[in-house]
Amino acid sequence: MVINDMAKDVDLAKHYLVPKHSVLSDTEKAKILEHYRITPKELPKIAKKDAGIAHLEVKEGDVIKIVRNSPTAGKSVFYRVVN
Amino acid sequence: MDPIIKEYKDKLPEKVLAEIEANIPARISQTKLREIMELTVVEYGRMKVEAGESVGLVSAESIGEPGTQMTLNTFHFAGVAEMNVTVGLPRIIEILDGRKEIKTPMMEIYLRKPYSSGKDIKQIAANIKETTLVDIIAEISITVSELVLEVTFNEAKLKEFSVTASSVAKLLQKSVGSFTITVDGLRLVLKPKTKDLKNLNELYRIKEKIKETFIAGIKGIKQVLPVKREEEFIVITAGSNLKDVLKLEFVDEERTTTNDVFEIASVLGVEAGRQALINEVFKVIENQGLNVDIRHIMLVADAMCAGGVIRGITRTGVVSEKSSVLARASFETPIKHVINASLIGEVDYLTSVVENVMINQPVPVGTGMAGLMVKPGSVEKK
Repeated sequence: MVINDMAKDVDLAKHYLVPKHSVLSDTEKAKILEHYRITPKELPKIAKKDAGIAHLEVKEGDVIKIVRNSPTAGKSVFYRVVN
Repeated sequence: MDPIIKEYKDKLPEKVLAEIEANIPARISQTKLREIMELTVVEYGRMKVEAGESVGLVSAESIGEPGTQMTLNTFHFAGVAEMNVTVGLPRIIEILDGRKEIKTPMMEIYLRKPYSSGKDIKQIAANIKETTLVDIIAEISITVSELVLEVTFNEAKLKEFSVTASSVAKLLQKSVGSFTITVDGLRLVLKPKTKDLKNLNELYRIKEKIKETFIAGIKGIKQVLPVKREEEFIVITAGSNLKDVLKLEFVDEERTTTNDVFEIASVLGVEAGRQALINEVFKVIENQGLNVDIRHIMLVADAMCAGGVIRGITRTGVVSEKSSVLARASFETPIKHVINASLIGEVDYLTSVVENVMINQPVPVGTGMAGLMVKPGSVEKK
């Protein structure tokens, strides 16, 4: 997630508001869907062009794992499907 | 971390595990520890919200009630540059409605070391502020006899923003192409090229227009205010332009933020937008001395961000996503929804709460969620 046309390289993923995003492999994805007994359609969405996943290579239908910093649980895991 | 505690990583949240880790005695037997962990899992499960609990309703009440006590005022920033900040109920409404244009956009710009020490802070702040032509001139006038525009610069200001009369002339040329601009020391003379521009009305319009010509700084930053926060200096601004500010060499791009959640969502992604939304709502509630559990706000933020973009709680936002016609109609503009639904033959499957309230049926909440099924033939006859 580096924007080139600037005086310095800015890695936006390091911003304190941005949680860690990662792409799930197909087996991990199947496991998650099985665990929650849902179809990918029922997951919350994330745009393909979203700035948070600009540094990842994603295609439509991929599931993104997001590890949020939560004030109540410490770390909480959230999933979004790319659309 | 103890291997036994680690085993429970999937069953308990990180914070609980850390708390156990910190509180167990140094020498504890494996069986005891396992017993503790098992008990914790049971207790944790008991503390969770039960399936079928109407969390949205509880959140609405929990945010709504303290909301009635919020002030309606905006407050002033004390300091050289007076700044207004929307707070209280208007700010909450603004965030939750998902307004794209917020009333008082603001940024908190953190600086990298060594810039954060406060040396040259005024110069840094001046660099960030949007400078237009009107900020660096001494005079702008129309010479009526010759029908030309004359701009006279303020020499000190030119130096302060490190621009020259000719560089400004180039910038001006871009915005008013139909004028010939000649530089004469500290003066610029703008002469119209075409005849139809040679009247006073037109010249006056152009004069007002070129006053706003962008010269230096960051577009959108209307005011700057250096402040000392704890041990470092930061710059608070009125107006916001996160993308361009992050590019600046002396800006700490990891902590700099804005109060415009849409801007954060577009520059840093929905997840960052969600976090910013929670922070902003919570800040207002805290400021007013009220006490709302952050989980309620997190729920609202999650609902608003579920679609991948931030949607406000309005009839064009999250409400428009509801599958039930009756639920949508119950929010706002009922007739429009009912007419549109009937025109396209929409079906309401009555799977949610509001529509069932309307038709006087049990709502799918709590015990209402469970149904009873009988396997034919499995019931014994007496």
